Amino acid sequence: MSDQPLMTARGVTKIYGERIGCEAVDLDIYPGEIVAIVGESGSGKTTLLNCLSARLAPSAGSIYYRMRDGRLQDLYAMGEAERRFLMRTDWGFVHQNPADGLRMGVSAGANVGERLMAVGERHYGRIRDTALDWLERVEISTDRIDDRPNAFSGGMRQRLQIARNLVTGPRLVFMDEPTGGLDVSVQARLLDLLRGLVGELGLAAIVVTHDLAVARLLSQRIMVMKDGRVIEHGLTDRVLDDPREPYTQLLVSSILQV
Amino acid sequence: MTGEPFYNFAYLDEQTKRMIRRAILKAIAIPGYQVPFASREMPMPYGWGTGGVQVTAAIIGRDDVLKVIDQGADDTTNAVSIRAFFQKVTNVAVTTDTGAATIIQTRHRIPEHPLIDGQIIVYQVPIPEPLRFLEPRETETRTMHALEEYGLMHVKLYEDIARHGEIATTYAYPVKVEGRYVMDPSPTPKFDNPKMHMSPALQLFGAGRERRIYAIPPYSDVVSLDFDDHPFTVQRFDKPCALCGGDDVYLDEVIMDDRGTRMFVCSDTAHCDGRRSEGHVGKQAAVEEARR
Repeated sequence: MSDQPLMTARGVTKIYGERIGCEAVDLDIYPGEIVAIVGESGSGKTTLLNCLSARLAPSAGSIYYRMRDGRLQDLYAMGEAERRFLMRTDWGFVHQNPADGLRMGVSAGANVGERLMAVGERHYGRIRDTALDWLERVEISTDRIDDRPNAFSGGMRQRLQIARNLVTGPRLVFMDEPTGGLDVSVQARLLDLLRGLVGELGLAAIVVTHDLAVARLLSQRIMVMKDGRVIEHGLTDRVLDDPREPYTQLLVSSILQV
Repeated sequence: MTGEPFYNFAYLDEQTKRMIRRAILKAIAIPGYQVPFASREMPMPYGWGTGGVQVTAAIIGRDDVLKVIDQGADDTTNAVSIRAFFQKVTNVAVTTDTGAATIIQTRHRIPEHPLIDGQIIVYQVPIPEPLRFLEPRETETRTMHALEEYGLMHVKLYEDIARHGEIATTYAYPVKVEGRYVMDPSPTPKFDNPKMHMSPALQLFGAGRERRIYAIPPYSDVVSLDFDDHPFTVQRFDKPCALCGGDDVYLDEVIMDDRGTRMFVCSDTAHCDGRRSEGHVGKQAAVEEARR
């Protein structure tokens, strides 16, 4: 693990007219670590994630990303071409709803291969081999390679979306509620898979979730958001076992014990 | 004063022609780039070649010789109607002979007879955006063109191979012009794609409903997209034309009766007629000759 942050955000603020999306958020992400952003609906988690992932320009604040060559780049100062290239090579974005992140009209193989073709791979055989390899890694049967995602179950779609994002070997993956809408056993399998892949590939990830169990399982650090502000952050185990803020205490105590 | 209705030469008013010419000049300056233009209502329905007609009307002069083809044929409804339209509104000479024409307006084919320096071929285009079926948002496709993000085009070709074992796109086969813009060559069969490469003729494309004009200047590099291990190939026909015996031409299938008899004939009728007048005889033509 490097001692230089991969991404540095300072004072990130997004204002929607009168309302605050998120306010004065500072965040450093180091290579290989997973940071969870938790909080209830409407607390600004997704707004923050969109700002960090260059999908939504913040109203104030700065976000710097360390490129592969080591220089620190202001995300919103780089050209659109470079930003888009970064988004489809060095980054991944896993949507809550797989249909937003997948091309539902083309086969699973083409979904996985799209990024490869976007960076100039022009050999059908190699694209297909890579796609097969990735389907295997996300536990999708390889004979489904020519099926369209709309013939897949929710869990399979989510795994396919993950494969599609990881195929170019990104260093940073953004995940917006990756387990939302999946049943518990499918969630468990997906979390297990994600944990394995993240460890194996040394990815850094920012995971937005309202599910504290997901944060506990995946992340090393956690940020708790309320009304657009970060009210508490620290090591995941510390925050969840010994919450300081009343709101965090409320969140932690709201978990159903079965 | 006569009671006859008066049309400006080539139907469109001079300001409109000027606007279209500016779009054409821009299109020529940026090969393969789709230039928006203020498409006018034409006296024919959209989808019948309103774009091509506007381009032709903007460039035609009194000395031009016009040829109009539809699927290669000079004598089908679309071709006959558009030719008659221009005869009426310009009174220029018309021809079916590819070599004699200065402007060729076409729907879905490039003539078999090689085009030469100084000729202009005008294509009627229904959907100018090659990325449309994969990316429905116009804002997004424009950005993709601007940033040269053409990976998606290969996703379509990948799908073809995955599903059919080969690139099954047979018409409107995407090309890259001068190493920059990916372009839809209009619904011409991919058989005609190689003819666009380094063509001495100026190629203009007009899409009336979609309001776009694009162009390939003479002697431009036009490359059909493909994969390294699945290279671009054109259709091959195992039989020659049944009327003129021509090889290496694009053939149409014609059903002869209700018992499944069919023949394959040149889709380019002028080419076929030319060969027959030179004395070439195909199989079906020989049979008919004997019957007489």
